[in-house]
Amino acid sequence: MSPVSEQQAAASTPAEPRKGLSPRKKQRISRGVQYVLLVVILVVLAALADWGAIRQSFFNLDVASKGLPTLFTVALKNTVIYTVTGYIGGFVVGLLLALMRQSSVAPYRWLSTIYIEIFRGLPALVIFLMIGSLPLAFPGFHVPGEVYGQAALGLGLVSAAYMAETFRAGLQAVPKGQMEAARSLGMPHMRAMVSIIIPQAIRIVIPPLTNELVLLFKDSSLVLFLGVTAAQVELAKFGNDQSSTFANPTPILVSGLTYLLITIPLGYVARRLEARQGAGR
Amino acid sequence: MSTVEIRNLHKSFGKLEVLKGIDFTVESGQVVCVIGPSGSGKSTLLRCVNLLEQPTSGQVVVDGVELTDPDVDLDAARRRLGMVFQQFNLFPHLTVLRNVTIAQERVLRRSRAEAARIARENLERVGLIEKVDAYPGQLSGGQQQRVAIARALAMNPSLMLFDEPTSALDPELVGDVLSVMRQLAEDGMTMLVVTHEMGFAREVADRVVFMDGGVIVEDGPPEQVIADPQHERTREFLSRVLHPGV
Repeated sequence: MSPVSEQQAAASTPAEPRKGLSPRKKQRISRGVQYVLLVVILVVLAALADWGAIRQSFFNLDVASKGLPTLFTVALKNTVIYTVTGYIGGFVVGLLLALMRQSSVAPYRWLSTIYIEIFRGLPALVIFLMIGSLPLAFPGFHVPGEVYGQAALGLGLVSAAYMAETFRAGLQAVPKGQMEAARSLGMPHMRAMVSIIIPQAIRIVIPPLTNELVLLFKDSSLVLFLGVTAAQVELAKFGNDQSSTFANPTPILVSGLTYLLITIPLGYVARRLEARQGAGR
Repeated sequence: MSTVEIRNLHKSFGKLEVLKGIDFTVESGQVVCVIGPSGSGKSTLLRCVNLLEQPTSGQVVVDGVELTDPDVDLDAARRRLGMVFQQFNLFPHLTVLRNVTIAQERVLRRSRAEAARIARENLERVGLIEKVDAYPGQLSGGQQQRVAIARALAMNPSLMLFDEPTSALDPELVGDVLSVMRQLAEDGMTMLVVTHEMGFAREVADRVVFMDGGVIVEDGPPEQVIADPQHERTREFLSRVLHPGV
């Protein structure tokens, strides 16, 4: 018998008394078990933890206060600089790649596709490890701006690939009629792209691009692998250095919290923008 | 002098031949309505006139300029052709005023002030001067379509193309758009209109062209094509459109 006819058969004989528990009762019991399990786990963890050591190692205010104000004036500032410069680079290159991907010149499309595949496929860490070796390929070449330039380059190269895909989706989301309307008014293709299509595409991709900013903010920690001086240090390395200086992990936790200070509100903004756009359409 | 001359126009999408040799002309100041069942190629024909679709073969000549000539400056030629789409295609990120001024400034190189003045004139003409600062999303479909007409008129076209301008509208909004088009016709604008509005075609058109299966079946004054069709296919189509459900 098929499940449908089985159901129909069951429905047609409601008078028959049900055996065992009703579904609603089962659900209530299952929920109760889940609460109990959660409480048990929390109690066990609390009993096993060494609260004195936790306060000493992770919430050590003495150690934390030694990082101030450098945490903000140097580490956070540098993190923001690395992120913003990388983001700007990624934005420009990403938009360019997205336009190349739609080009009528086939090699541009290939180049763009190859770039996107490679840089999305590689761990960002590998790219940062390679950036230091660039002068080997181009003797005498130095990335301008030292670590700042290298960081912007690394973060830009990585984010460009992701942003290109986002821009491509945004450009494709603009209805075809927009280009037709612009062309029918006598606008050349480039002019129509610049005045009509790209502004609409950018509006569409603002929420995902805000998410990209969050990702890049976190990825800026990879600058650690470029070898930075005390003045160039960013949040992750700052926390790590402080924690080895004082032999105490609190600074790492403080760095983590500082990241969250930025990433959580930004993520919230991105979701709000997304919701507003969804409602506006 | 004829404004539009179409000679032996063919258009295929892959293996599907949509236009199978179209010949017709639109004289200056004439209003020509193209009617026919969906899939008859009438919208494709209209889109071939301003080369939004590249014809497979044949010639399109507008004001003596052959648009199908590969060496022609298509952007310059298109400025003489106003196009109104079924889906309006206003620019949603720009205000009504900006929708009407942007091509004037970027294409015709008019100053900002002059473009705004011309935009206001044309928005007045379509009865929407009070909406200059609104965004398209805040307007009804009928209002959007009238803005789209103003946007096309602001470029001073010598010919206006309408691609089923009322098909996407709620029935109660159709009248406003048609009355703007009627006024335009009275002012002497040359118009080529693909439409399902038989009343409009009968009253306003100088000529009605009936298309079916990628060819022109019948071409003549409305009192002939609509009131006294000569071909069986035209009669069939009209009886379905004019007396649906019978």
